[in-house]
Formats: sequence, C-alpha cells, structure tokens
Amino acid sequence: MINEGPYQHQSADSALQFCRSLLAQGHEIFRVFFYHDGVNNGSSLSVPPADDRLIQKEWSELSKEHDLDLVICIAAAQRRGLMDKDEAKRQGFESNNMIEGFRISGLGQLIEGGIESDRTVVFGD
Amino acid sequence: MATKKFMFVNRKAPYGTVYALESLEVVLISAAFEQDVSLAFIDDGVYQITKGQDTTGIGQKNFSNTYKALGDYEIKKLYVSKESLEERGLTQDDLMDLVWEDEDDDWAEKPSIIMVDRSEMAAVMAEQEVTLSF
Amino acid sequence: MAMLHIVNKSPFEKVSFRSCLNHVSKGDSVLMIEDAAVGAIEGTSFSEKLKTAMGDVSVYVLGGDLAARGLSEDRMIDGIKAVDYAGFVDLTVENETTQSWL
Repeated sequence: MINEGPYQHQSADSALQFCRSLLAQGHEIFRVFFYHDGVNNGSSLSVPPADDRLIQKEWSELSKEHDLDLVICIAAAQRRGLMDKDEAKRQGFESNNMIEGFRISGLGQLIEGGIESDRTVVFGD
Repeated sequence: MATKKFMFVNRKAPYGTVYALESLEVVLISAAFEQDVSLAFIDDGVYQITKGQDTTGIGQKNFSNTYKALGDYEIKKLYVSKESLEERGLTQDDLMDLVWEDEDDDWAEKPSIIMVDRSEMAAVMAEQEVTLSF
Repeated sequence: MAMLHIVNKSPFEKVSFRSCLNHVSKGDSVLMIEDAAVGAIEGTSFSEKLKTAMGDVSVYVLGGDLAARGLSEDRMIDGIKAVDYAGFVDLTVENETTQSWL
C-alpha cells in the first residue's frame, strides 16, 4: 500500500526499490494499492528535470515488465483529479491523465490484497 | 475467502490531514469482507473520536458521526491508548460513546471502546495478521 | 507471531519512532528506513530509548538511507545491523507480519 505521491515523500521511491528487490528474489507481488496522495504515482503529466528520475514511468515500466496489478483507489483519485479515459468520460471531462500500467478500482481491492497475500507492507508518511 | 485479523492504526488528528477520513472509508469497506477488524487509536489518533466536534469554523465536513455507525457494521473493537489520552489532558469522558448492539444478548448496547495501556495495546497488535497504517 | 516494525520518520521530527518502541513485543524486529535512519546513530537524544528497546528486539537500518544523509555505518549504535533492500525483503519474509509507523 502506498500512501504518498511521487517526489513529495520518499515513500514511492522506497516502495519501488522494495518491489524490485522482491521480484529479483523470486517473490510474487499480488497487488500494489495506491491510496491518499499515492494516486499521483499514476499521473501521465509529470515532467521532472531531465537528470532526475521519472517515478510514474518507473511504476508503469515495472508494471509492464512483470505484469503487476497496480491499483489506484477510485475515491482518492476522484478527490485529487486523477482520471483514466473511462472515468474522465463518465465525469464529463475532456481530458484524462492516468499513465499506462495502472487501473482504477475500489477500496475492496486493498482489503482483498490483505486477505490473499502472505505479507502486506505500507509505505507512507 | 479467509478470515484474517485486520488492524487499522490511527495516530493522527482529524481535519489537519486527510488520513483520518480516508482510513475510516477503508474501515467501512472492510466490513463487507467479514474480517476480524480492530481499530487502534494512539497518539493524536485519539482526537478522531472526541465528542462535540464542530467544523463550521473551518469549512470542512464533520465526519465524526460516521464512527457511531461502526457498531452497525459489526466493527466493535476500538482500542484506545490510555497513555495517549493522559498525555493530551483527556479522559474517556471526552470521547464519543461508541456502542454496538449484541444480537445474542437481546440487542443490548455494549461499548465498542476498549481502553488499554501500552503493553495491552502491544499484545493486541502482536495478534494481528494485517496491520494498515495511514 | 514476530512482527517487523518499519519506521520511516526521524525521531527528532515526529513521535512515530518513540510510539513504535512503546509497542514492540519481545522477539520483534525494527527496521529504520528513510528519515528514521538518523535514529541509528550513537550519541543522540534518542539513543538511550533505542538501546533500551534493543534488549527485546533486533534493530536494523537501511544502509542506503544512512549514507544518503551523510552518516557512516561506523557511527551506528552497537548492535544495529545495516541492510540493503534485499535485506529489507528478507526481514519481511522472516517476520509473520509488518506494521509501518508513519
């Protein structure tokens, strides 16, 4: 579970490195759930300085490489203005801003993750 | 689906940040999954359940009444840290009277708040299988 | 069940680390990551509190977070072990549950 957005807190970086290590050691990631400002890890509109990491893209690539289930909480995303194409259309917005590799879903996915996984780790502030 | 012991740890005051509100939303969803749910209120988390919250002066929605509904969702284990109350000059009287109705006891109203000291809280935490912090 | 307590805030900034130590059980482990790594150093106002807890729990720090903040491992409190992310993963596996003190 990731509670904070990219750059503002180290949580996203810590979680990314933890995930990479997990996968390298042969463990399985059932799901990564993004809550609170953590939903901003799924933004497609980030442009950090050229010599800095692009966190959202790192998640997107990790997701594609390992077929991960990265879930953004719909309620938290709606509050913070993060939308995929379908949600934006549903809400009557012309544009959307979610990067590839994530999907939007409900809080039940977090609880299910806790039930189905052997371990649950929270990164936050 | 398996039943696990879930604990939701609340250590922050409401309104200054969104954590109290959004963690409560998770707790309510967890009720639908019929898990063995406990809540812990430690440090500033105790302010989440004080009575008489009036948010008209700060322009935010007062969501404290939602805690009163927890009993209806079978969420009836709210562990409150005695030391955290004492440090803040509070007593149990400053907290909302949160209850649940025991259908096995003629729907008698029983308290959901369980006052614990640190070692008791630690013991409860040690039993949990999934601990979510906000 | 042994628990891995993960602390990420500096003990000089927030009470989280202190609260964590007030709630550990014998046989648990504590891992300092991010800003909490500064708590691993000997001779701070937090050292005694941490050393007392070390009688009951094993304490680790993410080496990368220590180095990032300009602190070398030879300044750590005796008995604290530095780990990398692979070690962080191992700690998660070795302990039945985790709790993050934010």
